[in-house]
Parts: sequence; structure tokens; C-alpha cells
Amino acid sequence: MTPDGSAAKVVEEDPGLPLAVRGMTVAYGEKPVVFSVDARFPAQSMTAIIGPNGAGKSTLLKATLGVVPSLSGSVSVYGQPIAKARHRIAYVPQRASVDWDFPARVVDVVAMGLYRELGLLGMVSRKQRATLMHCLERVNMADFAGRQIGQLSGGQQQRVFLARALAQNADLYLLDEPFAGVDAATERAIIDVLKGLKAERRTIVSVHHDLSTVTDYFDRVLLLNIRKIAEGPTATTFTAANLQATYGGRLAATQINDLGLAHAGA
Amino acid sequence: MHPILEALLLSAGYNSALVAIGAGLLGAAAGAVGTFLFLRKRSLVSDAISHATLPGIGLAFILMVALGGDGRNLLGLMAGSAVTAWLGLTLVEWASRRTRLAEDAAIGAVLSVFFGFGIVLLTVIQGMSAGKQAGLQGYLLGSTAGMLLQDAVVIAVGGLLAAAVVVLLRRPMTLVSFDPEFAAAAGYDVRRIDLAMLGLVMAVTVVGLKLVGLVLIVALLIIPPVTARFWTNRSDVAVLLSAAFGAVSGYVGSSISASAPDLPTGPIIVLSCFALFAVSLLFAPDRGVVASLVRHRRFQLKVHRRQGLLALAHGEPIYDRLTLSVLKRGGYLRPDGVPTDLGRDQAAHAYWDERRWEVARRIHQAEALAGRYDGLTPMEAVFTADEIAAIDRQLGPVSPAGRT
Amino acid sequence: MGADFVQLSLTPILIGVLAAVACAIPGNFLILRRQALIGDAISHVVLPGIVLAFLVTGSLGTWPVLAGAAGAAVVAALMIEAIKRLGRIEPGAAMGVTFTSLFALGVLILEQSDTSTVHLDVEHALYGNLESLIWLDATGWESLIDPTALTLMPPELIRMAAVTLLVGALAAVFWRPLKISTFDEGFATAVGIPTRGLGFALVIVSALAAVAAFDAVGSIIVIAMFVCPPAAARMMTDSLERQVGWSIVFAALSAFLGYVIAGYGLTWFGIRAAVSGAGMIATVSGVILALACLFGPHRSRIGAPSAS
Repeated sequence: MTPDGSAAKVVEEDPGLPLAVRGMTVAYGEKPVVFSVDARFPAQSMTAIIGPNGAGKSTLLKATLGVVPSLSGSVSVYGQPIAKARHRIAYVPQRASVDWDFPARVVDVVAMGLYRELGLLGMVSRKQRATLMHCLERVNMADFAGRQIGQLSGGQQQRVFLARALAQNADLYLLDEPFAGVDAATERAIIDVLKGLKAERRTIVSVHHDLSTVTDYFDRVLLLNIRKIAEGPTATTFTAANLQATYGGRLAATQINDLGLAHAGA
Repeated sequence: MHPILEALLLSAGYNSALVAIGAGLLGAAAGAVGTFLFLRKRSLVSDAISHATLPGIGLAFILMVALGGDGRNLLGLMAGSAVTAWLGLTLVEWASRRTRLAEDAAIGAVLSVFFGFGIVLLTVIQGMSAGKQAGLQGYLLGSTAGMLLQDAVVIAVGGLLAAAVVVLLRRPMTLVSFDPEFAAAAGYDVRRIDLAMLGLVMAVTVVGLKLVGLVLIVALLIIPPVTARFWTNRSDVAVLLSAAFGAVSGYVGSSISASAPDLPTGPIIVLSCFALFAVSLLFAPDRGVVASLVRHRRFQLKVHRRQGLLALAHGEPIYDRLTLSVLKRGGYLRPDGVPTDLGRDQAAHAYWDERRWEVARRIHQAEALAGRYDGLTPMEAVFTADEIAAIDRQLGPVSPAGRT
Repeated sequence: MGADFVQLSLTPILIGVLAAVACAIPGNFLILRRQALIGDAISHVVLPGIVLAFLVTGSLGTWPVLAGAAGAAVVAALMIEAIKRLGRIEPGAAMGVTFTSLFALGVLILEQSDTSTVHLDVEHALYGNLESLIWLDATGWESLIDPTALTLMPPELIRMAAVTLLVGALAAVFWRPLKISTFDEGFATAVGIPTRGLGFALVIVSALAAVAAFDAVGSIIVIAMFVCPPAAARMMTDSLERQVGWSIVFAALSAFLGYVIAGYGLTWFGIRAAVSGAGMIATVSGVILALACLFGPHRSRIGAPSAS
């Protein structure tokens, strides 16, 4: 394996394609969590990765970024190996993955998004400080800039993470369950920002849990349960048959009916 | 007779025999109690406890001398060390509960500060007239040389008592370390059992001070449980194994040490523990390093073979070097990269399997099934022959051997 | 305070302060990463390193000692990683196995070999001998500007100063990636910070600080300074920058007060005994931590409130 954690040899891809994953397999111990997944995420799309708990959704995202090692598979970002394209990616990890008791203020966390711009010793310029405040404004958190992060509510923490990703000023946004455990106002604020990003011709990929909002929020879906079950536009791919194949018996027929989808499938 | 053998057979003198038995019992008790700590992921609490004994030793010495007695009385020193060890433990719990310090930082703070203060007291004692020959330094690393008979008796009896308490409390302690919530639901007072467990850790530490020394006594509480972990997944078996490893290390270690003058007891016992650990780490049948490396490699090759075959079936190019080499070595690909007959056949088989799974997921919507479609589980492991036949009927007339 | 203070106390105090600061700086990151006990483990394994270096080279010169101790620290760090990863054992237990075994090995080899000609014993390794690092050629404060006297300062002082500067400089240069990867390892990896290498480098730098400090002041100060000043600083502020500042102040204060109390304090109580300076420094750092735990403005955990 390469130090990056991916056993990847890079496949030539179209430089216009934000993200392509090929043959991605990740295992914990001797149990595959993600097996041989191929996926392509076209430009300016907003894709939800959907599947039951333990289906490998977050793992797929993390393996793509090299945060967890993969057994095999390759990733290309805008036609390049990921190591050369990290500046074009913004990542929002799960809120629960960090210790919020860490000694930092909201603005310190958002400033971490400038890491690639600043490098080791660069100082935050006046212009960059304005950018940071602007990112906080976009998630309605400007009033909290000086607040200690441990004092924030869950929804506010999630918005801070999103603001940090905005500060990265990337073309491709990868989000891991951004709506998990947040209040309705935060959910609204986040989706507005994401739609705004899409309008700015950026590409969004998000692990998503709430099936009832998929059609409202996302124009593409990737259904995952260790294997890729289906991927494509929400209208044709987010179907009762595909959901049933992804969730098995975990999703009762009544739940699917509540989503108001065509039962015939695509 | 060879001196080591002589010592092992308890014929190297009454004192050494008593010490060896005591060390064996102590090792057994430490191994068992340590397992409970290990299962609770709190192994290093014992490190704070053991270092916190030092000021107690110093204070007890000063107090006993001030009262006109012999400062070196082992029981008195043990009592003193127990008091400060308990104080240290209480502080670790308080700091990690009441302040923002994590437990590891609390442990580090208590062990270094108590130890530092203990050293201050030792230097004070060295300045006292009664302190010149105190030999308290022996408690840092343990020393059995010139041990009094009564001290040997104290160690043997202490080891026996600790082992007996472990036997008495083994059931509640196993339950609490394995699943505290269940234990609470079953009516056990988890907090109290935890306290009893830490009390035993303290007892083992205090009894072992003279023998192993306070810097190394934690080894007896940590290494045998870790060693046992390589041999079993069951907590009750782990307790027994760990006690056995501790007993063997204690007994053999102190015997070896008694056989020659410059073999210090504590280090020899610890190194005996480590020898058992190293062998287990490498060669234990299931969790050992060699076994897991072999297994992991096999698994990796299996994944690559399967992925490679699927790529062949779909007519996709293969770039991954490992996949290519797996396929070539398996005879599925010719050296120039063209699939062999065997390769085509196996690829078709893999492809067929995939299609069967797709159908299976459509007709069997059992909850448990969704997660079994992991690319490696064979059909036959999940479905009966009849069910597979039904799936094949859905797939139509293409035979498994059909070319794709 | 006159000539004998400069001669007998100035250099030990300076060395103590520098050693304390060198350990406290990486200690801040170690406690935030839940690796506070790495310092404990490292300081235990320094002994076998030094003993082996002595056996191989036959000398207790600066370089063999530093090399041996640093080598042992690296071996210990690798061994802990290997036990954790290959044996799938939780970090605390992996550390416990490693440092006790290596320390036992060190003691055993020490007892087996003839070290009677040199000053090398376990007690020295544990609590060093700060009191012996005196500046005999000083005649008073004016010696600080006397080039001849300056060249005859204890070499430990120069070495410790160099290491402290190096540790401080490394912390400053790698501040940003260290901070990001300590807070959020996943994000750090995603932006291209080599988090694993950085984590290992932190352990190595800690080992460097530990080894240099250990050589001068013994392992008690090392363990105490890795944990107590940063832990106390944690209670004082919610900013990492200020936390490191506080920890440096607390470390220096512990070293200064500890040494002064050990050297002079007891005579105020009428006790005529020289007590261990290293032990007293650790004790003072514990008192400071206790005060911070009781009264520090940011002593309690805020924690993340649940959703909403």
C-alpha cells in the first residue's frame, strides 16, 4: 500500500469529472465493509450516499480521502490522483468524531480551512480574516466567532464544521452525515448553503440518513450496502425496488410507501 | 544439583522457598485482578497506585521511628503505603470525574507527583540518624537478598489472602468488567465491586513492593492479562490463564533470582512475564501476529482475485498490480495479460454469482441478508440448494459455464 | 543572594527550568491526544538505553548516552505501536507491557555488568542529580559576563538550552499541522497533513526532550513536567496558544520554586537536610496542578451539549 493508505494505481480519468472511485474495497479485520465499489460523481451534482447502518457509507468517504486504508481501489479527483488534488476538496467529518473540549474558538476552527493556503508559517491576512467571517456569516454563525467551541450546541458545531469547509474554497465538497442530530433551523441553513454551492458550479457528495428529504435535497443518489446497489439521478434511481434491495427487510413496505415513490421501480 | 533447579524444587533454603511460593501466589492474584482492570481498559491505573505507595513508605518509616520503633517493620511500611496509594487512587478518580482532565493525564500527574514527593521523603530519611541503614531504596526495585523470615511469611500469607479474595469475588468482578450495565441490572453494586477490584490491585501492589519493587509491580498486573488475551476470547478463561501466567512468572522468576547473587528478583520476574508475552504475541494460534498476518494476506489475495475476476467478466481493464499478479499466478491470465480458458471460466462463474445475488436480494428481503452480499460470501453459505435452484430459474437459461 | 548562589544554585535552577520547559511544550499536545503517559513510558526506557550505550562504548559521555537513550525511546515507541496494531491491544496496556519489560531489562543488565567505575545506578536514573550541576568557576554575578568562567559552565546547561530551543522551534514551525491533527485527525488527513508521521514525530521530539532532561535531572522531573504544567494550564484557558504559554510559566515556576525549597526551604523550618531537588520540583508542580484543579477558571469540562 502507498503511504496515502490507498492501494491505488491511478486510472486516467476525465479532468472534468470531480470524483471517480474504482474497485474500492475496505475491510475491518476479515470482513469487507465496502466491497469493490465503483462510483462516479459528475460536476455540479449533489449526491446523497444512502444505505442502512453499517453499510459502509462513511467508510467509503473516508477511504476515498485516505483517512482509512483501503485494501484495493483507486480514486481520481478531476482526473488526477488525490494527492495532487487535495486543494480542490473540502471535507466535513462527522461532528462526533472530535473532542469539542479542545482549546479553540470558533474562528480558530474555521481558520483550519485555510491550511493549504497558509502552509506552515503563513499568517492570516486581513483579507483572509474577512473571508473567515464571511464563511461564518454564510452559516449564520458570525456572532459566535469568539466563542469557545465546547459551548456550542450540536447544530452550531455542525455549522462551524461547514464554515471550515467553506473556508477551504474547494470545488468538491464531501460531507459525512451533516444533518445528524441537528435542529431544524440548522438543517435549513446547511441545505441552503449546499444549494448555494451547487449554484456556484461546485460538486457535493454527502452521506445521508433521512430518506424523507432525499428527493428535496439531492439530485443524485448512490445506494450502498457494502456493495454498490445503484447510482444515478434521484428521479430514476431512488425507487422502491432499489431501496428494498439496499435495506432488505429493515425498511418496511409502509415506510417506502410513505416516501411516495413509484412502486414499480426503474 | 544446578542452583536454578534447586531453587525451583524449593530446596534452596526455607526463606527462598517461602518467597517463591509467595511470589507464585502473588503472581496468580495479580494476574487475575489485572485481567479485570484490563477488561475495563484501566490497566495503567495500577501504575498510579504503585507509584503512590512511595510517600506512604517514607511517612510510615518516619512515624515508626518517631514512635521509637524500628522503621523497617514490613507490616508498618505496607500499611503506610496502602494509605497513600488509596489517596492517589482517589485523586485520579476525582480529577478525571470533576475536572476536564482525561484519566491518563490524571494518572500521569498522580504518579509523578506522589513519586517525586516520595523521593523527597527518602532524602529526608537519609538525613535522619535512623535512616542511614533504612534500605528503603529496596522498595523501588524490590530486593529479596537478606530478607527476614518474617518478611517472607508476610509475603506468602499476603499472596495467599489476595488469591483467596480473588477466588471469592471472581463472579461479580467478571460480570462487572465484562458488562457493567448488565451487572447493574442484575442487582450488583457496580461502584462497590469496582472499589473492591481497585482495593485488590492495591493489596497486590503493597504485598509485592518488597519483592518486585514499586516501579515494576505493575508489570505483574498488566503483562499476564495481555498475554492471556492472545489465547482466548472468553473472560472467565482469560482470568484463569492470566492467573496461571502470573503464578508461573512469579514462581520461576523468584527461583531463578534466588539461584545467583546478581539476579535481582523484580526484573527477573518481569522478564519471565515478558517471555511468555512475547511467545504469545508471535505464535498464539488465532490472535498471534504470525497467524493474523497469514490470515490477512490470504484475505487480501482472496479480495483481489474476486475483484480481478469480476473485472474480467465485465471486460474492464485491470490496473492494480497486485490484482494482476494474483490472476497470473492463479493461471487466470497469461503473462501477456490475456485471460486463459480457466480465467474466462472463473470470471463467468463470478459474474453468474453476482447475478444470482441480485436476484436473491429481490426475492429474499430478509433483514439479515442485506449485509451478507459482501462479494466474498458464497451462495451456498447462505441459501439452501432449493433456494439457489429457484434463483437460477429466475435468471433464465444461461448456464453458469456460459461465456460473457 | 551573592556569589555562592551563582556558584551553587544558578546553574541547577537554569537547567531545571529549561528541562521543565522542554518537556512541558510537547506535553500540551500529548495530553490533548490522550497520550499523557507516553512521557512516563519514555522516561522508563531511557535507563536500558543508557546502560546498553555504556556497555557498547564503555563511556558515559554525552553522545553515547544521548544516542543510547534516544535509541531506546524510538524502540519503545515502535514496540508500543507494534503491540497495539499487531496484537490489537489497547494503548494503555501496550505501554505498560513495553516500559516495564524494557526497564526490567535495563536494571538486570545494570546489575550484571561492572559499572562500579562510573556513576551509573538506578537511583541516579530516577532522580538525577541536579544539585551537582554547579558552576564552580563562578565567583559571583559578574561571572555571567566573564568569558573564561562562561566556558566552564556545566556542559549540561548548554545542551539543555540547545534542546529546549530546538523543541520550542519545532513546536512553532509545526504548530498549525500539530494543532489541526490533534483536534481533528480525519480532516487533517483530508487536507494532506501526514498525520501518522506527525504523531510519530511528536513522540520522537518528546523523547528528545525527555532524554536531554533525564541526563541532567532524572526521570521524575521528566514525567511530572510532561503532565502537570500542561494539565494545570488546561484549567486556565480555552485557547491552545495561551495554554502552552501558561504551561511554560508553570513549568518554570515549578522548577524554580522546587529547587529553592529543596535547597533552602527546609532550613526555614529548622530541618537541616538536603532533599532531592528533582523530587521537590515534581511536588511543587503537583501543588500547582492541585490549585488549578480547585480554582482554575476553566477547570470543568464543558462537553458538547446534545443535539439542538
